Amino acid sequence: MAAKVLTVTSGKGGVGKTTLTANLGVALAMQGQRVVVIDADVGLRNLDVMLGLENRIVYDLVDVIEGRCRLRQALVRDKRLSELFLLPAAQTRDKSAVRPDDMVSVCESLREQHDFVLIDSPAGIEQGFRYAVAPADEILIVTNPEVAAVRDADRIIGLIEAEEQGPARLIINRIKPDMVRRGEMLDIADVVELLAIDLIGIVPEDQAILVSANRGQPLAFSSDSSSAGRAFHNIARRLLGEDVPFITLREPGVLEKLFRFVRSEGD
Amino acid sequence: MSSDTITIKGIRQGLLVTLGQGDWSAELRALEVRLGASPSFFRGGRVALDVGSRELERSEIEEARALLARHQVELWAVTGTNPVTEASAQELGLVIEVGLPQPSVPEAASEGGETPFAEGLVVRRTLRSGQSLRHPGHVVVIGDVNPGAEVVAGGDIVVWGRVRGMVHAGALGDEKAVVCALDLAPTQLRIAGQIARSPEERRRKPVPEMAAVREGQIVAVPWHSGGG
Repeated sequence: MAAKVLTVTSGKGGVGKTTLTANLGVALAMQGQRVVVIDADVGLRNLDVMLGLENRIVYDLVDVIEGRCRLRQALVRDKRLSELFLLPAAQTRDKSAVRPDDMVSVCESLREQHDFVLIDSPAGIEQGFRYAVAPADEILIVTNPEVAAVRDADRIIGLIEAEEQGPARLIINRIKPDMVRRGEMLDIADVVELLAIDLIGIVPEDQAILVSANRGQPLAFSSDSSSAGRAFHNIARRLLGEDVPFITLREPGVLEKLFRFVRSEGD
Repeated sequence: MSSDTITIKGIRQGLLVTLGQGDWSAELRALEVRLGASPSFFRGGRVALDVGSRELERSEIEEARALLARHQVELWAVTGTNPVTEASAQELGLVIEVGLPQPSVPEAASEGGETPFAEGLVVRRTLRSGQSLRHPGHVVVIGDVNPGAEVVAGGDIVVWGRVRGMVHAGALGDEKAVVCALDLAPTQLRIAGQIARSPEERRRKPVPEMAAVREGQIVAVPWHSGGG
């Protein structure tokens, strides 16, 4: 079966695209999927660091595009999961080195041997975003429950709709349950209502994320110990077509609203 | 005066301005008058000029482009039937073919009367942040107008959905224009030259409302059928 190409994007920077890509890659690979994660942030690569694979890079995406190596040579195999690969970004180049067609052809050649190709898009709406979404079968929009991030997500969804790409699905990242409880954070139901696309994940804020990123050991490896880790695995299972209920934030008001919304969407 | 020979239409890519048959510099003066008369309608917009069969040099097109630029309007296309004009426009990097315009309706000068546009524009989607809709006539949106999106219309604006972005009705100067929405909570609402913001506190349960200018101020009132 040919791979599904998913692009993780957000518009705004710092909402957790790279963390999410790394963890989804790990979670899918732990489910027995053959996964390639592509770092499309040419010039500002990070995905290798989060995965702890920085010191294994020999070739990168731009080397492949410019014909200095074969695609297979540039793929870095994960040190823990044999079916997880990283295609790193070039660090010494910039985004003008990649065109949308290049990404499409790279992804085409990856489709046959894998089940999932996850692309970590750069922030912004310029060329980097354009080439990152070009090959996507499906687009995962990451946002935080804050006004600026939601505004940018809306802009991105508009661009995707105008290009007739997608479908786009929504992940709300870095929810702080106690702040939601006090009404200091945007309501999940309001975010979903405004953006009006399917919700596929809610990830709670978790300090363990920062620690795991610094260690190069994504949280998803130890799925039971943290709420964020469980959330990543739930998203992976939903991507595989399972019907997984959304995690409880011990805040009945929000969840009641949310479930009501999800149900009415699903009918 | 030749200003009534200029027509303005909404096309997919922005506005299409068709100049009259008069002398080039007279037409440009007329255009300048129009731009000056409703600056907020044109500002930030993109315009395609239909120059008909007249033959234009590069410098003449540049003159038009500079004039539009002074009013913060981008000239992106010059269309017509003259091959010399087409060549000049292409040298300047302008597009010479624009999408098929909607049927033309001459735009008469409006002095406090009904908005004289027979044509309306119906948009059946949600306008998202960064998206802008400009149309000289009435606009109907079936969907939402999200924060960061804008609708600028010469006539009325009706939104079958929520308005959270910026809406400007009567942008060519018609104070009789109205804005109606199922949930009217815009970032900013303008009618002709008037500007209003939504009240800070959020309503519990939105009701359909209609905003209009009453005694020099924009007021929004709940809409009841038959009440108007």
